[in-house]
Amino acid sequence: MSTNTEALQHIKAGLWNENPGLVQLLGLCPLLAVTTSFVNGLGLGLATLFVLTFSNALVSATRRFIYSEIRIPMYVLIIASLVTCIELIFEAWFPALDRSLGIFIALIVTNCAIVARAEIFASRNRILPSIVDGVAMGAGFALLLCAIGAFRELVGQGSILGHLDMLFGGETKRGLQLFDGGFLLAVLPPGAFFSLALAVATKNALDRRRKRMHGLLAARQLS
Amino acid sequence: MNPDPKKERSPSAWSSGLVLAAVAAICTALVTVTQRLTAPRIAANEKVYLEQSLRPALANVFYDNDLAESTLFLPPPHGLPGSETAIIYRLYSEEQPAAAVFVVSASDGYAGPIRLLIGIEYSGKLTGVQVLEHKETPGLGDLIEPSKSDWLMQFEDASLDAPPRDRWAIRRDGGEFDQLTGASITPRAAVRAVKETLLYYEANRDRVFAARTQGETVQEQEQEQEQEQ
Repeated sequence: MSTNTEALQHIKAGLWNENPGLVQLLGLCPLLAVTTSFVNGLGLGLATLFVLTFSNALVSATRRFIYSEIRIPMYVLIIASLVTCIELIFEAWFPALDRSLGIFIALIVTNCAIVARAEIFASRNRILPSIVDGVAMGAGFALLLCAIGAFRELVGQGSILGHLDMLFGGETKRGLQLFDGGFLLAVLPPGAFFSLALAVATKNALDRRRKRMHGLLAARQLS
Repeated sequence: MNPDPKKERSPSAWSSGLVLAAVAAICTALVTVTQRLTAPRIAANEKVYLEQSLRPALANVFYDNDLAESTLFLPPPHGLPGSETAIIYRLYSEEQPAAAVFVVSASDGYAGPIRLLIGIEYSGKLTGVQVLEHKETPGLGDLIEPSKSDWLMQFEDASLDAPPRDRWAIRRDGGEFDQLTGASITPRAAVRAVKETLLYYEANRDRVFAARTQGETVQEQEQEQEQEQ
C-alpha cells in the first residue's frame, strides 16, 4: 500500500506541486521557444517525457556504479545518447515535426529538468520509483508545454489543434479555425513569457484558493 | 530509501575511468543501433521531402531523373541573389533539359534572408515560386507564404517578357506585381530576387544544364551541404 501512496505522491508532485515548468521553472528555453502551437508543444513534451523516463531509469539502474566524482559526465553521456536516439526516431517517423521543432529536439540535452531529476531523484532511488518520477515530471512538463502551446496558438492564430498531421500523419489539417488574424504578440517571444507568467499565476491562485478552503473547513470543524 | 552509496566509496581514478568508458561504450552501441535502424527511413524521408518541396514550384513539369543526383551547389560568389550557397536542381526528361529549380536568398528582406524556391521551365517561363524560409514579421511580411495568402501565385507563368523586364517590380515602384497591405519591403525583395534569378538563367541556361559531370563535384557538394547544415 505504501508504495502505491508513494507513487501517487510522485505523480502529484510531477503534475502539480513540483511541476518542473510551473514551480521549479526548469527547462524554460524549450518551453518558451517551441510553444507556438499545440502540436509543437505536444511533440517536444513527448520527447522530453521519453528522455526523462529513460534517463531516470538508466541512472537509477547504474546508481551503484556511479561514483559521485564522475556522476555529471555519466548523466551527460546517458542523456545525450538518449536524445540522439530520440532525434533519429523523430527524423524517421515524424519528419514534419522534426523540421518544425528543429534544433530544440537536440537541445533536450540541455534541459536542466532532466539532469535535475537524475541528480535529485534517480541517483538515490530504486528503479521503479525513478521511472514513476520520470513519467510524472515528464508528463507535468509536457502538459504545461501543451497548455501554453494551445493558448498561444489560440490567441495568436485563432486556431485550435492545428497541423496535428505533423505528429500523427495523414493529410494536412489546419485545425479548428475560430477566427482569423489573432493577437500577434502571443506567437512572438514576449507572448511566451506572458503565457508562462499567466500559467504560473493561475497555479498560485488555485493553490491559494484551495488553502483558504482548507483553512475555512478546519476552522469550521474547530468551532 | 537506500543509504547514499556515494559516500561509502572513494574510487581510484582507474575505476572511475573504467566505469565511464563502459557506460560510454554502452551508450555508443545504443546510438549506433538506433542509427542503423532509422537510416533507411530517414533517407527515404529526405528524398520524399525534396520531391515534395520542389513540386509546388514545378506546376506540371514532367521529369524522370533523380533530383538528388542532378543537384548543383554553388558557393558564393555565384551571381545569383543572396550571399549563401545557391542550389540548382536540374530536371531532365529523357535526357533533355526540362526545367530548373533554383534555391536562392533574397537578402534585402525585412528581417534576414528570405530563402526562395524558383522553378523555371526550359523556355524561361516561371513554373512557380515558393518561400522556403524567412523571418519576416508574422501577419505582415509572412503573407508571402503560400499557406497564408496567394501572393506567390502571381509569379506563375511569368517570364522576363511577360511582364516586360522593366516592369518587374511591385506596383509602388511602378511595376506590375501586387504588394502586400502594410508590407512592401518583403514583396520588393522577393520580386527582385526572382527577377535576378531569371536574368541569371537567361545568361547561363546552357551552362546550367550542361554541367552534367557529377563524379568529383558530387563529393564537393556533399561537403558543402554538411557545412551548410
